Order: sequence, then structure tokens, then C-alpha cells
Amino acid sequence: MDSRITKGIKNWIIYLGILSASSLLLDAKQIGSGEEFNWLTQAERFFEMKDPSVRRVALGALLMGISCGLIGSFVVTRRLSLFGDTLSHAVLPGVAIGFIWAGEKDNFSLMIGAGLAGFAGVCCISLLRKFTKIHQDSSLGIVLSAFYAIGICLLTRIQKIGYSNQSGLDSFIFGQVSALSSDDLIGLLIALGFIGIFIVLNFRQLLATGFDPQFSKSIGIPNDFLQFGLWVLIAFCVISSLQLVGVILVSAMLVIPAATASLFSKRMKEYLLLSSLLGAGAGLGGTFLSFLGKNLPAGPIIVLVSSSIFFLILFLRPEKGVLFRWLNARSVQSRIAIENMLKTAFQIVEQNGFEDNEISSLEIMKRRGLSRAEVEKEIENLAHSGLATKNLSSNPAANLPPQTVLTLTPKGWEYACRIVRNHRLWELYLTDEAHYEPDHVHDDAEKIEHVLGEETVRQIERLLKNPKTDPHGKLIPSITDIHQGSLSRST
Amino acid sequence: MKPQGLPIEVHDLTVSYQKKPVLYGVDLEIAEGSLVGILGPNGAGKSTLIKTIMNMIKPNGGYVKIFGDAPQKGIKRIGYIPQKESVDWDFPVTVSDVVLMGRYGHHGWLSRIGQEDRNKASECLEQVNMLAYADRPIGNLSGGQQQRVFLARALAQESEVYLMDEPFAGVDAVTEKTMISILREMQKSGKTLMVVHHDLASAKEYFDQLLLLNMRKVAYGSVPEVFTHELLQKTYGGKLAVLSEMATKVAKAS
Ligand SMILES: Nc1ncnc2c1ncn2[C@@H]1O[C@H](COP(=O)(O)OP(=O)(O)OP(=O)(O)O)[C@@H](O)[C@H]1O
Ligand SMILES: [Mg+2]
Repeated sequence: MDSRITKGIKNWIIYLGILSASSLLLDAKQIGSGEEFNWLTQAERFFEMKDPSVRRVALGALLMGISCGLIGSFVVTRRLSLFGDTLSHAVLPGVAIGFIWAGEKDNFSLMIGAGLAGFAGVCCISLLRKFTKIHQDSSLGIVLSAFYAIGICLLTRIQKIGYSNQSGLDSFIFGQVSALSSDDLIGLLIALGFIGIFIVLNFRQLLATGFDPQFSKSIGIPNDFLQFGLWVLIAFCVISSLQLVGVILVSAMLVIPAATASLFSKRMKEYLLLSSLLGAGAGLGGTFLSFLGKNLPAGPIIVLVSSSIFFLILFLRPEKGVLFRWLNARSVQSRIAIENMLKTAFQIVEQNGFEDNEISSLEIMKRRGLSRAEVEKEIENLAHSGLATKNLSSNPAANLPPQTVLTLTPKGWEYACRIVRNHRLWELYLTDEAHYEPDHVHDDAEKIEHVLGEETVRQIERLLKNPKTDPHGKLIPSITDIHQGSLSRST
Repeated sequence: MKPQGLPIEVHDLTVSYQKKPVLYGVDLEIAEGSLVGILGPNGAGKSTLIKTIMNMIKPNGGYVKIFGDAPQKGIKRIGYIPQKESVDWDFPVTVSDVVLMGRYGHHGWLSRIGQEDRNKASECLEQVNMLAYADRPIGNLSGGQQQRVFLARALAQESEVYLMDEPFAGVDAVTEKTMISILREMQKSGKTLMVVHHDLASAKEYFDQLLLLNMRKVAYGSVPEVFTHELLQKTYGGKLAVLSEMATKVAKAS
């Protein structure tokens, strides 16, 4: 799942970097033109939504976010992201031709031109696939760049000739929200309507063909029709979003919200819901930020918000997120350190025949091969967790400087017994049931003892019929021993 | 009950991909309630035969009949397990979603999946011992568990005939035994099954009839008749390569 997402995302990061830089330098296209700049009043103006242009852009971005999120779910799960990219670039010459034909920036003819060009692009891809052995990704790349190049040439030509009403035509490359008209809004609404209806009517069929095309064909689902339907809808979505984000960034909106949703969704319904919410959120958030900042272009900001959400979630999501894993690893490490100290303490007490319950830090240093400072720190940790108490040496025999002495609390003692027990039970289990050699088992048990759950311990006990000694002949402290205190320190 | 034709009848079937024949003049008549194993080397055309019977590939010559009817009509009466490779295991569906797909064929375009279907799906999952995994994403299962889910989906289809393409691929010995006992039970309840299998030794025990296939139908019959050294040699040995070569030449020339 990850490879197809990262591929799409990677392209977008590169694009975004270049774009946000270049569009900041160029004459940037932002919404509203605040006279004096004040964050708070600007934010207030946005939320009041009194300004009709703000309202229009916010609504447009919302609609676009939902459409892109919905159709994007299918783009990502069916590995069509490069296809979406190609389609969005392929419409550019259509926009130019539509302009030349109408002689002005007439929305309707631009849309028709874009639609026809998109269709021509799809035909080229199909032909390449049918008659050559070129891989799909290469043929998509060829069509993408060829169409885009034609588009750029035509646009430059138009500018050179100098049509009267050409201004804002290049906005189809980067998007220009200030030129968003109510016709554009209607276009967005229609696209969303078609997408919604198509998905609701064919949800089951889309699920079956996406997962297992052979099977779905066998039960009579028209795979090709559904595939074609998706293509047409992707084209709709792309064309209707052009005015907002432009040809280059529109396919980012197809990929990023859906890819973000794929980080958690187990089922298609969740996927669609999350992805459309994320798209909508990015649309609104981007519009807001672009309104707030004076010179920020809305289209790239929307995409930027969307990708920031992606990375934020990648970093923060529970269980698999980087942050969560790091915190988790830290807490596991400190637990293991404590458990290792307790085990050492147990072994020292055991060596003394359970007579003496004072454990000198010197002894611990010797056994664990640690420095004085390290041991002091670990003793501090134990004392802090209430597992041991710390005293100064009361041993008058030598003239040594007073040293730290450790005494386990009842809670610490029980914990120590449990760890030793886990270790020794596991060793016994490995030798008896898995037939390891006794000298192979120690290292393995060193790791396992920290992760064995209560339940597994019970299970091993039952398997081994409550053993008393480990493979090295040492005592396995049993739970009843621990509770009845028969092993307990001589108090 | 009015008399009906054989569950599967294949007559002089020829199938090619881009002019290269893969199946050549295959005749086959499968009686109701048979459990047939299909054997043949890689690339023999086993999957192709199954897909053609399922009407997913158009034959170049000959015909297929399902219960005496054209395959389009009979399609609803056949259940299918495709070869594992054709599936997108990363797709966001859970195990129970997959099994529910077996019920889709029972519903028209707009009719909804109901509680009955869900119950049936759970029942089938239980039968293959996978109910505990119902809410897991399908991609998280092991290969053998995925095959069991596919068997559950086939059960949920409640078809009369089943075509299974390597249902035992990647399944351990114990699971294979339980799966074959499920197939046996299906057979007892009157279903007709054709199963592609790759292990010669176990094929002898599992199936009643065997179809040996390598571009041609080499043999079809009960296990003792067909499972002979000579016939197996003919299927798996290189002798049929000449036929394949000639057939390709003829097809290209015409
Ligand atoms: N879509 C296709 N286009 C072209 N040739 C194909 C196609 N599918 C299969 N073939 C060819 O048809 C022949 C038979 O393929 P088929 O998949 O039926 O074999 P099989 O017996 O199922 O093999 P396996 O045991 O490997 O599954 C092979 O030589 C294969 O290369
Ligand atoms: Mg096959």
C-alpha cells in the first residue's frame, strides 16, 4: 500500500516546493485585498463570510475538496494517481483551443475544450497500451508531457498575438481563485453530484472490481464500464477544479487526501468518508490561510495544507506513527532497565541464600559491569518507582567510604520474583518443548522475560506442569511462593 | 424436476491469445455431482479453460454449455475462485466484506445486501474456521488464511457448480485436509466441482475424476483410468511442444 502512495506524494512535494516559491515571487493571486494588515480583523472578516468573494471561494474549495477526496479514494486504491496527473495536464491544450475558438475567456467553451482534450489524452493512452509493449507508467508520462507542451505553446501564442480579453488564461496553470465565478461554482456542484451519484449507485460493484476483477467479472459486473465511468468522473473533477488549483496541482488533491485516509481506513466506506472530510478540511483551511496571509495564492496553499495534514498524521497517528513509536520505545526501554536491576537484586539475594536483604551497589556494579554513576542512576530510578529503598552502608567492617545499599520493598520483591520466574520458565520451555540446548537459551530468555504476558506464563506453566527448577538447576519462584512469602526476605 | 443438460459441456473448444492458441479442440462432459481435479504443467491452459467456461474469455471456436444453456444464462449458477495472483490484497476491504461479495450475484443492481446475507456470510466463515478474523483487513492475513476466505466466499455464493483455480496454493497440510473435506461435503450435497491442483500425489486421493490438460485434453476419466504413468508422461513430458509450435504456425498463416 505504501509504495503507490509515496510515489504520488513524492512528486507533489517537489512540485509544491517549486510552486510555492515561484508563485510567491510572481504576482501572487490572493483573495480579498485588505487595506491595512491585521491578523485578527482579517480572521474575523473570514469567519463572518460577509464578503461575497470570500464566500464563493470558501464554498468552491469545500466542494472541490469533497469531490477530489471521494474520487481520489478510487484513484489511490486503484493505482490511478499517474493517470489523474496525465489527465490534468492533458486538458491544458483544450483550454487554449477553447479560448481561441470562442475568442475570449468563456467558461463554457473552455470546459468543452478541456473535456475534448482530456478525452483525446485517454484515447492516446489506450492506443499506446493496445499496440505497444510500453509500460503503463511510461505511456502516461509520454502523453502527459506531450499534451502539456502543446498547451504551453498554444498559451504563449495567444499571449503573443494579444487577444483583447486574454488576462487570466495562465491562471489555469496555477489556479486563480479571485477569478472564480458562480458558473465555476455550478460546475463544481455538478461534478460533485455526478461523483456522489455514481459512487452510491455502484458502491458494491466498485468494491468487487477493485478487489478482485476476475471474480467480479465472473458474477457479471461490467468492469470496463465502471473503469470508464471512473475515468470520466476523474476528468470532471479535474476540469471543474482547474480555476481553483490549476492543472499542475489538481492531481495532488486527487492523491493526498485519499492517501492520508489510507493510513487508517480498513474499509472503503471509512476511506471515502475520511478522504472527503480531509479534502474539505484542506480546502477550507487553505482558503482561510490564503486570506489571512496577504500574498499567499489559494491553490498552492490548499495543497500545502493537505500535505501538511498528511505528514502530521503520519507522524502522530496512534500505534504506527513515528512519535508514538518513539515514546513507546522509550517507555519500554526504561521498563527493561528497571526489570534488569530487579533481577540482579534477586540474584544477589539468592546467592546469599535469602538471608541478607541488603544489596550493595558495589555488588551490582560487579554483576552488571556498569559504572558507579550508572548504577547510582538506576538505583535512583528504582527508589523513585517505589520498588526499593536506598540507604547508606551501615557496614563498619572496612574503612571504605560509605556506599549506597539497596533494599527491595515488598512490591519490588514481588516484581523481581516475577521477572526471574519469567526468565527461568522461558528457558525451561525452550529446552523442554522446543528442544534447545541449555546453553543456547539464556540470551533468548533475556529478551523474552520482559514481554511475556500473564496469560502466556500461565500457559507455559500448564504445559510444563508447574516446574520448580530451571535448566540450570536454579529455583523458579512460583506465584504462591511469592504471595505466601516462603521465599521472602528474612524480616 | 424437468430434465436438464449436463452442468458443464465443452465442445471442440479452441481459445487463443493474440493468435497463439492456448487450448485446442477440447471436448469435455462433466456429470452432475463430480469432483474433478484438473492437472497440467504451468501454462497448460488450465486457467484459460476455467475462464472460458465462466464466459470471461470468448473462444475462437467450439462452444460451452452450462446446464444445456448458453454460458451467459448459466453464469449465475457457477461459483468461481480465481487464482490468487489476480487479486489486489491491499484493497481496503475486511474479511467479511470479501465473503459478502459472494452474495452480490444474488442481488440485482440496486437491491441491498441484507441481514440474511450477513448471516450467511458469517456461517460460511465459521465453516472454514475464520470467523474470528471477520473484521481484519484482508491484506493482513497469511496466504493460507486468504485462501480459506476465498473458499468461504465461494460457499456464500451457493452455486450449483464451482470452478476453483488453485485453491490449495500456499495452504498448509492441515488446512488442505479441512478444505478438501469441505469440498467433499459440497459434493455430497449435489454440487459439481472442478479444481485446478498442482500436487500429483495428493490429487490421486482428493478427486474422483481427473482431467489431464496440456493445450489438448490429454485424458479425462476416473482416477484409476487416468492416473497412469503413460498419460502423465504425455501431459508433463515435452512431447506436446511440437503440437503447440505447429498450431501457432497454422494460426499465424491463416
Ligand atoms: N492475457 C494473456 N495474454 C496473452 N497470453 C496469455 C494470457 N493469459 C495467458 N496467456 C498464455 O496462455 C497460456 C496458458 O495460460 P494459463 O494461465 O491458462 O495457464 P495455466 O495452466 O493456468 O498455468 P499455471 O499453472 O501457471 O497457472 C500460457 O502460455 C500463457 O502465457
Ligand atoms: Mg493458472
